[in-house]
Amino acid sequence: MVQFFLSRLGQTLAVLFTVSIIIFALMRMIPGDPVLMRLGDDFTQAAYDRLRGELGFDRSIFTQYLIWIRDVLSGDLGDSFLNHERVSKLVLDAFIPTLTLVVASVIVGILIAVPSGLIAAMRKDSAWDYGSMGFAIFVYSMPSFWKGIILIWIFSVYLGWFPAMGYVHPWTDLSQGLWRLVLPAVTLGTFFSGLVARIIRSSLLEVLDQDYVKAARARGVRRAALVYKHALANALIPVVTVIGLQFGTLLGGAVLTETVFAIPGMGRLSVSAILNRDYSVVQGAILVGVFAVVVVNLLVDLLYAFLNPRIRVA
Amino acid sequence: MASPLGAGDRPFDAEGLGVPALVVASATTPGARAGVRRWWRRFARNPGAVFGLAVFLAIVAMAVLAPVLAPYDPIAQGVGNPFERPSAAHWAGTDSFGRDIMSRIIYGARVALVVGLVAVLLAMVIGVTLGLISGYYGGIVDTVIMRIMDGLFAFPIIILAIAMMAVMGFGVRNVIIAVAVGFIAPFARVTRGDVLAVKEEPYIEAARLAGVGSFAIIFRHVLPNVLAPIIVQGALRVSGAIITESGLSFLGLGPPPPTPAWGRMIAEGQAFIVMAPHVSTIPGIALMLAIVALNLLGDGLRDTLDPRMRR
Repeated sequence: MVQFFLSRLGQTLAVLFTVSIIIFALMRMIPGDPVLMRLGDDFTQAAYDRLRGELGFDRSIFTQYLIWIRDVLSGDLGDSFLNHERVSKLVLDAFIPTLTLVVASVIVGILIAVPSGLIAAMRKDSAWDYGSMGFAIFVYSMPSFWKGIILIWIFSVYLGWFPAMGYVHPWTDLSQGLWRLVLPAVTLGTFFSGLVARIIRSSLLEVLDQDYVKAARARGVRRAALVYKHALANALIPVVTVIGLQFGTLLGGAVLTETVFAIPGMGRLSVSAILNRDYSVVQGAILVGVFAVVVVNLLVDLLYAFLNPRIRVA
Repeated sequence: MASPLGAGDRPFDAEGLGVPALVVASATTPGARAGVRRWWRRFARNPGAVFGLAVFLAIVAMAVLAPVLAPYDPIAQGVGNPFERPSAAHWAGTDSFGRDIMSRIIYGARVALVVGLVAVLLAMVIGVTLGLISGYYGGIVDTVIMRIMDGLFAFPIIILAIAMMAVMGFGVRNVIIAVAVGFIAPFARVTRGDVLAVKEEPYIEAARLAGVGSFAIIFRHVLPNVLAPIIVQGALRVSGAIITESGLSFLGLGPPPPTPAWGRMIAEGQAFIVMAPHVSTIPGIALMLAIVALNLLGDGLRDTLDPRMRR
């Protein structure tokens, strides 16, 4: 287990190193002189040289990368070019609503996926099976931003049950916060449920085919008891992996979903930063987003190893 | 020891599998044609896949024949009053500029398909080449390439695409590049994995001993034998590419207006969801149909082409 942990940690650091190089290279490929962009129209050569020195652009590209990494590791992502706020603060403020949405969506997704995957597996090849799997493909294929608009149309405009947009931290105002989170979480959560329901179905079918399950059946254990006590727990292990593998997709989906619901998250931050050419914000947002994906993958792998004794012991 | 194609050691197995047969179908040997027929019979038994193929072909036809099919100029304003409901004159109604939504959907298929197909093809060519090199040569080359792929793979596709758009600026060509970069890593990984298995096969060893150059071995002997999973991967990725393109368009980072793109049409309609819901909802139906169709088609191809998936 310790060895697994260390090798997995090493891989994670290697990936983060590559990611940092990719982001650094991308930001250097942006056309235009960042020094000129800061100076505006009226400046002297001396002022240009001074700022260039201050920003470190007169050093070698290698040194620049090292300085950038040193700053990033100490939590300094630079300042917003537009309003001179700390990028780390802007990104963190935007990341919290996005992460809240992702977590809420995973919960909604699992709440939908477990019963529908269960029914599909228990009643394999029945109308239930086809119905819930058809529904899974349907919600999985709906682009999240369009699904969000449809939900707003039905539940906000027509029925008036939920607010159409806005965000409040659930921990500052629980009822308002959750209330506003329902439609966005259902939008993204149904996508996730479409994915997970199919996996639960197939892993349940696989588990139900195992010898120990057949043996229990032969001893007269009821099928339903069997599924709940033995099969379901094992069938849920792959779901953990899916959360890890799909965290990036969920984060991307959240970026689109929050745009629909006017949630002030990472999507709005990075898109407005791109349109304003505020590249230190773009860079910080992407860095934090990818960092989150890599870390979640590490955590999920470790959790998976912990849940699965075959890996834990080995 | 089964080859990754499950086809014994024969580089081409037109009779048994139908997979390489599809690849060499252009050779139109009787065996290849029989393989294609066999594959088709298997494919045709899957109603979802056939539905997907039919809808996909309809969308292709729509894109190709757009000038003939579209009742109006897709960017002409005021061909109707703003926000007209769907009617005989305007099947999908009109938008805030009085543009015909049906015509814009039909032309929008062009953007979606061009981006979806070209981006995946581009990613496939680059990713497969990297995977072939990585898997065949191994060692430090393999390590460097695959670590870069790991790094790329960590990026959520839409976030990488957003970053690329920031670097390159807007426009259809840049959307294609941005989407393609996000799909390189999966192709490289799939290809590399299969190359590792194939290169241990006796016929590769035989070719090497016969003095065939590495380049020829890679492209003439290794590639055809790892192609089936790659085609499957490609088919499965097209819908993802179209979703990414529409997502970029939705965020306002796609092809610049007034180019009709489904994502942007949905975004533009959102502001009018109360008074004219059709402006946003109808283009979304086109987008969803395309994605459902491509997912079903991809699943069908996977089940019939990829022997590992066939039980």
